[in-house]
Amino acid sequence: MAAFPWHSRSRNYKAEFASCRLEAVPLEFGDYHPLKPITVTESKTKKVSRKGSTSSTSSSSSSSVVDPLSSVLDGTDPLSMFAASADPATLAAAMDNSRKKRDRDDNSIVGSDFEPWASKRGEILARYTTTEKLSINLFMGSEKGKAGNATSAMSEKVRTRLEELDDFEEGSQKELLNLTQQDYVNRIEELNQSLKDAWASDQKVKALKIVIQCSKLLSDTSVIQFYPSKFVLITDILDTFGKLVYERIFSMCVDHCSVLPDHFSPENVNDTAKETCLNWFFKIASIRELIPRFYVEASILKCNKFLSKTGISECLPRLTCMVRGIGDPLVSVYARAYLCRVGVEVAPHLKESLNKNFFDFLLTFKQIHGDTVQNQLVLQGVELPSYLPLYSPAMDWVFQCVSYHAPEALLTEMMERCKKLGNNALLLNSVMSAFRAEFIATRSMDFIGMIKECDESGFPKHLLFRSLGLNLALADPPESDRLQILSEAWKVITKLKNPQDYINCAEVWVEYTCKHFTKREVNTVLADVIKHMTPDRAFEDSYPQLQSIIKKVIAHFHDFSVLFSVEKFLPFLDMFQKESVRVEVCKCIMEVFIKHQQEPTKDPVILNALLHVCKTMHDSVNALTLEDEKRMLAYLINGFIKMVSFGRDFEQQLSFYVEARSMFCNLEPVLVQLIHSVNRLAMETRKVMKGNHSRKTAAFVRACVAYCFITIPSLVGIFTRLNLYLHSGQVALANQCLSQADAFFKAAISLVPEVPKMINIDGKMRPSESFLLEFLCNFFSTLLIVPDHPEHGVLFLVRELLNVIQDYTWEENSDEKIRIYTCVLHLLSAMSQETYLYHVDKVDSNDSLYGGDSKFLAENNKLCETVMAQILEHLKTLAKDEALKRQSSLGLSFFNSILAHGDLRNNRLNQLSVNLWHLAQRHGCVDTRAMVKTLEYIKKQSKQPDMGHLTELALRLPLQTRT
Amino acid sequence: MGTTLDIKIKRANKVYHAGEMLSGVVVISGKDSVQHQGLSLMVEGTVNLQLSAKSVGVFEAFYNSVKYTLRCDMRRSLLAKDLTKTCEFIVHSTPQKGKWTPSPVDFTITPDTLQNVKERALLPKFLIRGHLNSTNCVITQPLTGELVVESSEAAIKSIELQLVRVETCGCAEGYARDATEIQNIQIADGDVCRGLSIPIYMVFPRLFTCPTLETTNFKVEFEVNIVVLLHPAHLITENFPLKLCRV
Repeated sequence: MAAFPWHSRSRNYKAEFASCRLEAVPLEFGDYHPLKPITVTESKTKKVSRKGSTSSTSSSSSSSVVDPLSSVLDGTDPLSMFAASADPATLAAAMDNSRKKRDRDDNSIVGSDFEPWASKRGEILARYTTTEKLSINLFMGSEKGKAGNATSAMSEKVRTRLEELDDFEEGSQKELLNLTQQDYVNRIEELNQSLKDAWASDQKVKALKIVIQCSKLLSDTSVIQFYPSKFVLITDILDTFGKLVYERIFSMCVDHCSVLPDHFSPENVNDTAKETCLNWFFKIASIRELIPRFYVEASILKCNKFLSKTGISECLPRLTCMVRGIGDPLVSVYARAYLCRVGVEVAPHLKESLNKNFFDFLLTFKQIHGDTVQNQLVLQGVELPSYLPLYSPAMDWVFQCVSYHAPEALLTEMMERCKKLGNNALLLNSVMSAFRAEFIATRSMDFIGMIKECDESGFPKHLLFRSLGLNLALADPPESDRLQILSEAWKVITKLKNPQDYINCAEVWVEYTCKHFTKREVNTVLADVIKHMTPDRAFEDSYPQLQSIIKKVIAHFHDFSVLFSVEKFLPFLDMFQKESVRVEVCKCIMEVFIKHQQEPTKDPVILNALLHVCKTMHDSVNALTLEDEKRMLAYLINGFIKMVSFGRDFEQQLSFYVEARSMFCNLEPVLVQLIHSVNRLAMETRKVMKGNHSRKTAAFVRACVAYCFITIPSLVGIFTRLNLYLHSGQVALANQCLSQADAFFKAAISLVPEVPKMINIDGKMRPSESFLLEFLCNFFSTLLIVPDHPEHGVLFLVRELLNVIQDYTWEENSDEKIRIYTCVLHLLSAMSQETYLYHVDKVDSNDSLYGGDSKFLAENNKLCETVMAQILEHLKTLAKDEALKRQSSLGLSFFNSILAHGDLRNNRLNQLSVNLWHLAQRHGCVDTRAMVKTLEYIKKQSKQPDMGHLTELALRLPLQTRT
Repeated sequence: MGTTLDIKIKRANKVYHAGEMLSGVVVISGKDSVQHQGLSLMVEGTVNLQLSAKSVGVFEAFYNSVKYTLRCDMRRSLLAKDLTKTCEFIVHSTPQKGKWTPSPVDFTITPDTLQNVKERALLPKFLIRGHLNSTNCVITQPLTGELVVESSEAAIKSIELQLVRVETCGCAEGYARDATEIQNIQIADGDVCRGLSIPIYMVFPRLFTCPTLETTNFKVEFEVNIVVLLHPAHLITENFPLKLCRV
């Protein structure tokens, strides 16, 4: 094919725009519009709603909008609970919820405000640890000696028969000594697993043996510091067992046709199930030792439901009494805790037994100070202040169960009873841990008095103050007492010698201080913490607590100018000397800042402090930092940068950006943000000057441009750089910095050859061509209005770019290059117009520079011809390669380009377009519907003025019919 | 799996009384039709007398040796084996007539109340009080009561309830008495709180107890011992004869 000349169609953009624009219809108030916000009208009577309208006109009498998201939550969310109690309508809706319904049927008194055991578990395991060696004895070697005297009368046969239950596996002795805590935990977990296995393989007796052996471990109080954790681990196994037995018997009640309802009565249970259940109870009743018998029976308490309606209510008091037989007070209180745990779960309405457990416990309280316990402590080398806190988890639990929704009178009685007992610090602590925070808070001064009176040698006082502080964080004491409470409490706290004790206590009280007092008091508290934690670098062991203090302070002081005017805040931050912790703290601060800072700021105190904070975060970045972490840090720093504004003082603003660049050079997203910010600054300046720069502002704008120009090369991402060059070039152009704009565009052009074929996007390698195409199209649109440099040739930027495109190594078998050429053709056509489609204010583009000069147009057309030749050449190669489908679609797209931009009154161009039409259809792989649409379009266009020639063209374009 | 035979007794707990009808079904399950030459059902009651290892010429434990079994046989042709299935069931004596009356017992244990002490002076001082709600016990109901350690110089190791069955067999030469511990239940573990009542509670084991039996030739009786173990090695036992009955 010979070279075709190009003749651009001359366009009247205004007329075209007017002709294709949709008619604007004014919208009347109340009309439907998809973008109108959904409104809820409050009305009792149903309004006549517009037909077909999706804007919801709610007819409900509810005053609140029912959020579809909230219906997903099942009412356990504290926020919706709160909302529910405030709004009867929503409450009713929430009650429909099946879960609620079941709870109500259950006659359950335990609601979601009851802190479940599961949430205590982890805390206990983490707190009660030991480095001493533990042992598991799953064989009662020593126990046998104990019973030896009594067994003389026993016949051999009966004895073995009885001992079968005690033995774990016939003839196996398992005594594991010298276990570390972790080994111990693993072993218990193994036992849990073998229990499940035994059950699954129908070895019920073995399962029972495992459970008995495990509960026996709870009578062993050696390594007493570990006892609470041991309790947690072993009762997990008991829970498993209880569940297995219950489910097994439950499944026996399932007939062929009916399933037992959740709330069955014993009459509905068949005889076999009852007999099995009874068997379990008989077996358990014959367990020789008290503690395993107690625990195992408690674990299957729920199974009483199969036997009789009153079973549980008869069993619970009996088990409660049974605990009295346990001599060791620690073992006994944990047994009570377990019983309360099972009781609350199975029969929460049986409050009596819970109360009895509490008062029984008080009766045995004196034992803690008895000889037996003291001897044991001496033997194990454990001091009283570390022994007494071992009681807390169990006592807290019992107290919590008893005090839950308990009438005020009962709470008062409980408190009075506790008061009467000597050395009651331990009791006091559990009262404070378990009772309603409001109850404690209103009596804060009483409690402080009681704490002061406590014996120094017993339960550690700092724990008492900590418990009180925890209550005050939740509930407010009477207004008049507040200051006195703080000063009384802090008087004691500040005297604590041990930094660990001190910080555990102080951490809790910071919340109260922040909640009710001003920055002055908070400052004092922070100063005191610094004073205590600095000697011997005590802070190194207390980072979590210190972190929590910071979090509490910033949670209450959203106004950062106030926060940073707390003098000791920054010195407090200096205590975080371990980098990872320091960065965590900085992140918290920045998160709060971004969340709560409403207005941009220029407060030097905030800026200095936060720059320091951001710098700390930035400096933590190294080669090993993860991408996610970097992204997070950059997000936080960017949030800060966006919030800094010096108002009309643009120079100050720019120098801030300069400073920020030097500080945050390792985080690419931050640099990108800075470039955008500086560009915005330049545009702000332009706006203020209304487009007419003075000498001073022109120089300032050039400084901004220069900032961008030297910052972009330091970035790594190639498309980031390309887009920023383009963007900054546009800004420079808008600010009449022509040579700077040229420099940006040249830089962009010279960067294009460096674009790799594949780029990494979110960790995956992807071909870059589509991104390049997108960028170049964007670039072309800008090039339309960039005026030629007087010293360079006509269209030098376009030529240079074409050269680069020509030399770029394109993917084989790809048409991207040709698509780009097509776009270039569009650009050149637009450039040959008398008046361009758009302009930049105060910049003369080529249309006014050349004023339709024929030489310019000739150059332009020459370029077009070259480009067209390339396109046609490519179309030919496609025929050779049998890539017919591509040829067809490319041909059609080229046809469309000519149709849109070319002057079809030119015969050769006209002929070319006809040829292309045929080419597109030649091999039958064209989208016929597209062809039909195109033809319709041509016919429609031909009716426009000056377009009559299209009628003739349409006649020459046959539509191929599919056979 | 070939053909199997199973006996299903109607009562889940397999407990029957004299004069009652024992009913149920024999389930034969097999892949296809089963040929046989008759199905027979047989009840067997056995008393297994074993010579005691301890005392010459005395039989060991009568009680546990009484056994009732139901046996089902399926006779088959020469080539196939005969099938047998046995199933044990329990016969309870008919409930005793007459009204059951509770007979509570109070007790106090101190060093002075003890018999059989070698050096009374060496014993630590203690005072244990308590009561049994009744020594006349219904076999299906637990033995209940209370016990209070009012004081004790020595630490308490353990308090246990020991259930003993005493069988007496009389014959021409005199009589033989055999006591067997059949259950031992710990009711207190460790040094319990003084002055606080501890429950006495024991379920009678179903397979090892029967109503107290007295005939001219032999007797089956039950006793409970309250065993208190003190530190370092004192063992105190208080014995209470029980009378078990079925109502």
